[in-house]
Amino acid sequence: MRVQKRLVEEWFFRVVMLGATGLVMGTLGLILATVFVKGFRALSLEMLFRTPQGGYYIGGGGGIANAIAGSLVLGVGATALALLVSLPLVFYLNVYLRRKSRLAFLVRFALDVLWGIPSIVYGAFGFTLMVAFGLRASLLAGTVTVALLIVPIMARSMDEVFKMVPPELAEASYAVGSTRWETSVKVVLRQAFPGLLAAVLIAFGRGIGDAASVLFTASFTDSLPYSLFKPVATLPLAIFFQLGTPFPEVQERGYASALVLTLIVLAVSILARWLTRRVTRHSR
Amino acid sequence: MALIALFVLSLAFLMAYGLFVRSRPVLAGRGFLDLLVSTAWHPSQGQFGLGGFILGTLWVTAIAMLIAVPLSLPTALFLSEYASRRFKEFARPVVDVLAGISPVVYGVWGVLVIVPLVRDWVMPFLSSHLPFFPFASENFTGFSALAGGIVLAVMVLPIMISVMEEVLRAIPFEIREASLAVGATKWQTTRKVVLRKAWPGVIAAIILGFSRATGETMAVLMVAGCALQVTPRSVFDPAYPLPALIANTYGEMMSVPLYDAAVLLAALVLLLLTVLFNAAGWGILVRVERGQG
Repeated sequence: MRVQKRLVEEWFFRVVMLGATGLVMGTLGLILATVFVKGFRALSLEMLFRTPQGGYYIGGGGGIANAIAGSLVLGVGATALALLVSLPLVFYLNVYLRRKSRLAFLVRFALDVLWGIPSIVYGAFGFTLMVAFGLRASLLAGTVTVALLIVPIMARSMDEVFKMVPPELAEASYAVGSTRWETSVKVVLRQAFPGLLAAVLIAFGRGIGDAASVLFTASFTDSLPYSLFKPVATLPLAIFFQLGTPFPEVQERGYASALVLTLIVLAVSILARWLTRRVTRHSR
Repeated sequence: MALIALFVLSLAFLMAYGLFVRSRPVLAGRGFLDLLVSTAWHPSQGQFGLGGFILGTLWVTAIAMLIAVPLSLPTALFLSEYASRRFKEFARPVVDVLAGISPVVYGVWGVLVIVPLVRDWVMPFLSSHLPFFPFASENFTGFSALAGGIVLAVMVLPIMISVMEEVLRAIPFEIREASLAVGATKWQTTRKVVLRKAWPGVIAAIILGFSRATGETMAVLMVAGCALQVTPRSVFDPAYPLPALIANTYGEMMSVPLYDAAVLLAALVLLLLTVLFNAAGWGILVRVERGQG
């Protein structure tokens, strides 16, 4: 009797766990399916390659080339800026500081906390910076804000990659008399390179998909990006604005824009995963 | 390099300071606590009580957690205790992809799937069969606290699942073997041995998920209806959380005196809340890790 009860319990919870897992996986499938099915219908070459023409937001002609170009420019710029901060920082943490260093502990703590701060707060902070420096909402302000937002993501992902580099590798390099700098660049960086690239891509994907941080800082425009000091359009905001109109055909284009954004993010994350697999192959 | 480390260390303080300086004008009129508790939000009359929005945030986040916790814990348990190696290799990328999708795309999905679901199925059924708190409502649009909660729940699932799974994976395998060896079933082992050891980490994962849900902006803005309710009365009524308030005011912010200061104060509150939660979650995780190390 007792054994039977235990077996029933076992199977009951197995079913619960399997159900929950299935639901989580199914939800992802549902999200992707929704975006693909709804998005493909309105997707056209005109949407991809033309900027909004007169009356675009009430159903007029044109496309979202402004937002696609804007997002790419802003995303690449922010990723480059974040890389300038993250890479030296991660080297500092992993090569220069000792493993049990108190400072490294604190920096990792700070990065994790920063990772948890919502993007709208970064947006608000970017806004206060803008006001302080007398800037208007512009490509520059948006890029800096998004860079701040993705530094913790990039730095922490890179940090994980460095932890996977076998310490014996660096030790061997030191043993033959190389300096810390030589060891960093020629040994550690080389081993970690695909993983670092993956971290950069992950951060890029996060940066390009975020809307709340660019709302105040990059604003929006119907023209292609052409100046650091002028507002720039971004895909997430284009989706948000198109969905916010009461016209079904404009909303349809919003779905198509969501598909474009999702495809970019998916491509980036698949590439990142492929690179990560390459770096983990040789470590434990 | 040390300078960059210093910059990272001070960034959260810089953000708090920057937001504080800009929100000082509104703090000058009334005290900090007073503004947090007050629910009177009439920007044109110079009243900027954030209480209603803070309640709205807690309300939507609570709904999200009620959905996300019962989904993430069994999933994490399944992935760490039961699933085959092959399934894990398939599931982890899926969870990663889920984490990488843009918040706005979650919002689109919410508008297309969740809002109609709530409007056409959940609300008519629950509101007519259980016409009392928290189900009774006059809002038939589907744009509601519940829709916001569901979308938020899906958005915080990845972080909760991956933190929980990491905690579970760190538990030494020998402990499980000892339990199985004395004749416990797999589930008994999971519940009485693994979970007992992992629960601080599970709490940390929930705190981190809660914190993430508190700050999510765009998706909630798109599906939660965003009309101010002083006290939450129904899951089917619209809700207006803090981040949505901040995002919604970007156009009109500069036209009403003190409005921008009040909005930046809202951002400051959000910053303090999330830093607190994250620090707490992090503290627990570090202790868990040390306990095992």
